Amino acid sequence: MTSSVTEPVASASNTQALLEVTDLCTHFETDRGIVRAVDGVSFTLDRGRTLGVVGESGSGKTVLSRSIMGLLPKRHTIRTGSVRFEGREIADLPAKEMREYWGARMSMIFQDPMTSLNPVMKIGKQITESVRQHLDVDKKYADELAENLLRSVRIPEPERRLKEYPHQLSGGMRQRVCIAVALACGPALLFADEPTTALDVTVQAQVLDLMATQQRERFMAMVLITHDLGVVAGRADEIAVMYAGRIVERAPTSVLFSDMKMPYTEALLSSIPKLEQPSHTRLATIPGRPPDLVNPPAGCKFAPRCAYVQPRCTEEEPPLLPATHPGHEYRCWFPVGTPAGDEALARNRAAKASA
Amino acid sequence: MAGHGTAHLRAEQDALLRVEHLVVDFPVGRTGLKVHAVSDVSLDVLERETLGIVGESGCGKSTTGRAVMQLPPPTSGRVVYDGVELTALKGAQLRAMRPRLQMIFQDPISSLNPRRRVREIVREGLDIWQIGDKSSRDARVAEVLEAVGIDPANGERRPHEFSGGQCQRISIARAVITEPKLIICDEPVSALDVSVQAQILNLLEDMKARYGLTLMFIAHDLAVVKNVSDRIVVMYLGKVCEVAAPDLLYVQPAHPYTAALLAAIPVPDPEVRHDGPPVLSGEIPSPMRPPSGCRFRTRCPRAQPVCADEEPELREVAPGQFVACHFPLAPGETPSLDGSMSASI
Amino acid sequence: MPEPPRDEVPVAGPEGHRDLERYAEDSLDSGLAVGERQIYVSAVAVGDEGRRRGAGLGFGAWLAIGWLAFIVIVSVLAQLDLLPLDSPTKSFAECARLGPFAKEGSAPGHLLGCDSNGRDMIARLAYGGWSTLIVATGAVLFGLVFGGILGMLAGFFSHKTDTVITSLFNVFLAIPAVVLALSLVAFLQGAATSSGGGDRVDPKLLLILAIGIVSVPLLGRITRASALSWSQREFVLAARAQGARPLRIMIREVLPNVLPAMMSIALLGIAIAIVAEGTLSILGVGVRPPTPSWGNVIALDRGRIKDSPHIIFEPAILIFLTVLSLNFLGDVVRARLDVRESAV
Repeated sequence: MTSSVTEPVASASNTQALLEVTDLCTHFETDRGIVRAVDGVSFTLDRGRTLGVVGESGSGKTVLSRSIMGLLPKRHTIRTGSVRFEGREIADLPAKEMREYWGARMSMIFQDPMTSLNPVMKIGKQITESVRQHLDVDKKYADELAENLLRSVRIPEPERRLKEYPHQLSGGMRQRVCIAVALACGPALLFADEPTTALDVTVQAQVLDLMATQQRERFMAMVLITHDLGVVAGRADEIAVMYAGRIVERAPTSVLFSDMKMPYTEALLSSIPKLEQPSHTRLATIPGRPPDLVNPPAGCKFAPRCAYVQPRCTEEEPPLLPATHPGHEYRCWFPVGTPAGDEALARNRAAKASA
Repeated sequence: MAGHGTAHLRAEQDALLRVEHLVVDFPVGRTGLKVHAVSDVSLDVLERETLGIVGESGCGKSTTGRAVMQLPPPTSGRVVYDGVELTALKGAQLRAMRPRLQMIFQDPISSLNPRRRVREIVREGLDIWQIGDKSSRDARVAEVLEAVGIDPANGERRPHEFSGGQCQRISIARAVITEPKLIICDEPVSALDVSVQAQILNLLEDMKARYGLTLMFIAHDLAVVKNVSDRIVVMYLGKVCEVAAPDLLYVQPAHPYTAALLAAIPVPDPEVRHDGPPVLSGEIPSPMRPPSGCRFRTRCPRAQPVCADEEPELREVAPGQFVACHFPLAPGETPSLDGSMSASI
Repeated sequence: MPEPPRDEVPVAGPEGHRDLERYAEDSLDSGLAVGERQIYVSAVAVGDEGRRRGAGLGFGAWLAIGWLAFIVIVSVLAQLDLLPLDSPTKSFAECARLGPFAKEGSAPGHLLGCDSNGRDMIARLAYGGWSTLIVATGAVLFGLVFGGILGMLAGFFSHKTDTVITSLFNVFLAIPAVVLALSLVAFLQGAATSSGGGDRVDPKLLLILAIGIVSVPLLGRITRASALSWSQREFVLAARAQGARPLRIMIREVLPNVLPAMMSIALLGIAIAIVAEGTLSILGVGVRPPTPSWGNVIALDRGRIKDSPHIIFEPAILIFLTVLSLNFLGDVVRARLDVRESAV
């Protein structure tokens, strides 16, 4: 079955962004009320670039990726906003049409390789299944393609592996197979949702390197979703930090780390134990918990936990404001490193000391 | 790596916990094969010390923790706690020792009974051993809940009404209520968000100071382990490969595996680029058929024939630093990146 | 001594201090911490159940409860002779075999007709409900208690205990249920007679024991599976680590978690037992006439299905509705209990 969408829309496809998300909202109806998991996210992504999406649980990063791909169930889900992929609006497409995109033009790798693969299907079949659905090829070609794919993801003895089942492989191997399955049809966009969280740290490095190589070779765009700032620091061109369903800071990677503006980003970074620190260094913590997404607080969502908080923060929600660097946006009234921010911090510290 | 030996152990009378030649094997179904989860591991913990045990999956660190608790007792080996040989006890005698040695688990939700109220869960330790009367027990519950940062008024709620971080706090409260001297923390922050992780790590330090605890901290994240520990044991495939103080371990790792582990940890600094081949390739061999001699040799860039023939023993290479390796790294040396062995499954 | 760590509340300028604190506390306490995974789980996994728990149990569930309540009340009141019914054993010759829609004029005062002996159907069914429900409920209770205990022991202690108990279950399960029930009734009857009780033993008791024993391995296996799964949770290990005795752990930690699942199974079990009682009645070993039960009302007149179908269909419809209600309620109970166990 040939897919009609393997050819990208012909017009200015070189200059337009591969993925354009505009004001995407995804709300779930639950009996507690409407959960605003993603609440107005916008960004663009070009071919060959990597966007790192960083956030903790409740930030909306997982829901975001699934929402863009259209993988969420229709019941009790309200999705608004625009998602343009290769120049075409896909936000309102029915599942039938989205199926032509899934695997073929955009793919996803998930966190847990144990459950991502079908335990009763041989590895080879899992790869060729996707290939034969989207590309009009015969079995022999598909098998060769599968073997080459396994080789390209550095799995030793690929011919043997094709006939094995997932449980015969280790976790790292399984994740590599998942990558092979995801890349089988040569998608233009890859979502990697916490791809290495369940893996050992030494295997993690291998898998991330592999993904970077594949991306370079295929000139593929990648959205790397993780909670680990260390992972995105080395691998992403641009980083978006999410909190309570919104992007609270977005910047090219080096700019984010050298010139971060959002107090949440700063707090996140300082709460991670770092190897260079001597042992027993007291970690800076972010007090409190992520906000309730059914009844989020008025004003800035991070205000209840912010060290820089001022009365204005609880009344007015800050919009995304541009910073000095191009491509750097943040959402804060009293950002880090500015005179207003420093004053706010000093005031809070003094009040706390005297309280 | 795969080392054995007791060179790193300190004087027996000083240690609160002393583990000698611990072996834990699990039979695999009816195949006759055994998983050699822990093979001849020795370690000790001084009073008020935090011993960190770090390693990747399959290294046997969690199994070591449980074997120390005798849950279940190890296949062989000797565990001496507070002067009492736990491995020699059975039944009621062993149970009587339990309140003095407690454990915190990885999954905060799963480690609390969803049908019971938090207040009862925390009080269980006192109820089992009939310590004090009702009012004193309730008072103690309120005290420990406050100490871990949970409002005692919320004691009426059930675990599913709390977040992961709060559940972990409740677990900590449950562990300290019987006034143990040693708490074994088995991956206590691995399942938590980054910001909550920091809260719990700080909390553990505070509890340690407040209750005079000794901790055995087991985790796979070396940065976390380094932050909380006074001494670190690095394990691989059931064996100890290196023992050293955290700062020393970071500055001059002597074992190639430690060096590889340090190099693989993603650093939140974009200036630190990770180009070139990874320091460590391949995957962990099966614990049912561990390599002969040094178990790390199949992935070690420095392996020589002797590594296959002879298992290295832990020996001191610097003051307070012990390595089980035939060719340990000299201070300042990094393991060679070329000639690294390819994956062996 | 260091300050006890608390969920710290940030402090703003003096004027905003109190408001901010209260505001922050509200935010910390308001509702539950809705983590992302929980959102996803609630939206995807349970989505199709239409989790509008706020609206109550749902129309179907209330219908089922209503029917069951009706049946139970009528049966109990009938047994206590509090209803203005004819005796179930009294024959009205003029009514025999006449159904509710008899052409020769409906038997006056017998709205559902009579059976072949002229006994009033309403009375037969009302008193019969008591027998049927007692047997079914008693059997399931027996099965729950003994099967439950054995299942809990097998699931909790595992290894040798498990092997022994599971083998026992397998032996009993290998015998066809009906054959087993028949043999048990015969055996128990014989035992009763030889010990001198003889005809004075209420056959209902024999049926309860027979169906109960058949259900022990079935309920036992389900309990075992549940106990096994819960016993592997870390809070059980934590209880052991605190030095609790195995019995205490089994009762205080595992049992409260196994019990809710068993409740929904029990409802389904009663439904099955009602049908089983019917089967045994057809085979001639059910409740002994003239005491009616829904099963033996059918059984006694099963040859007359052509001329007097009402005798068969009326009790059959009662059984059908009751079994349907129990099954439905069992599903609803299970769904509600499953939902509550998750962290949302």
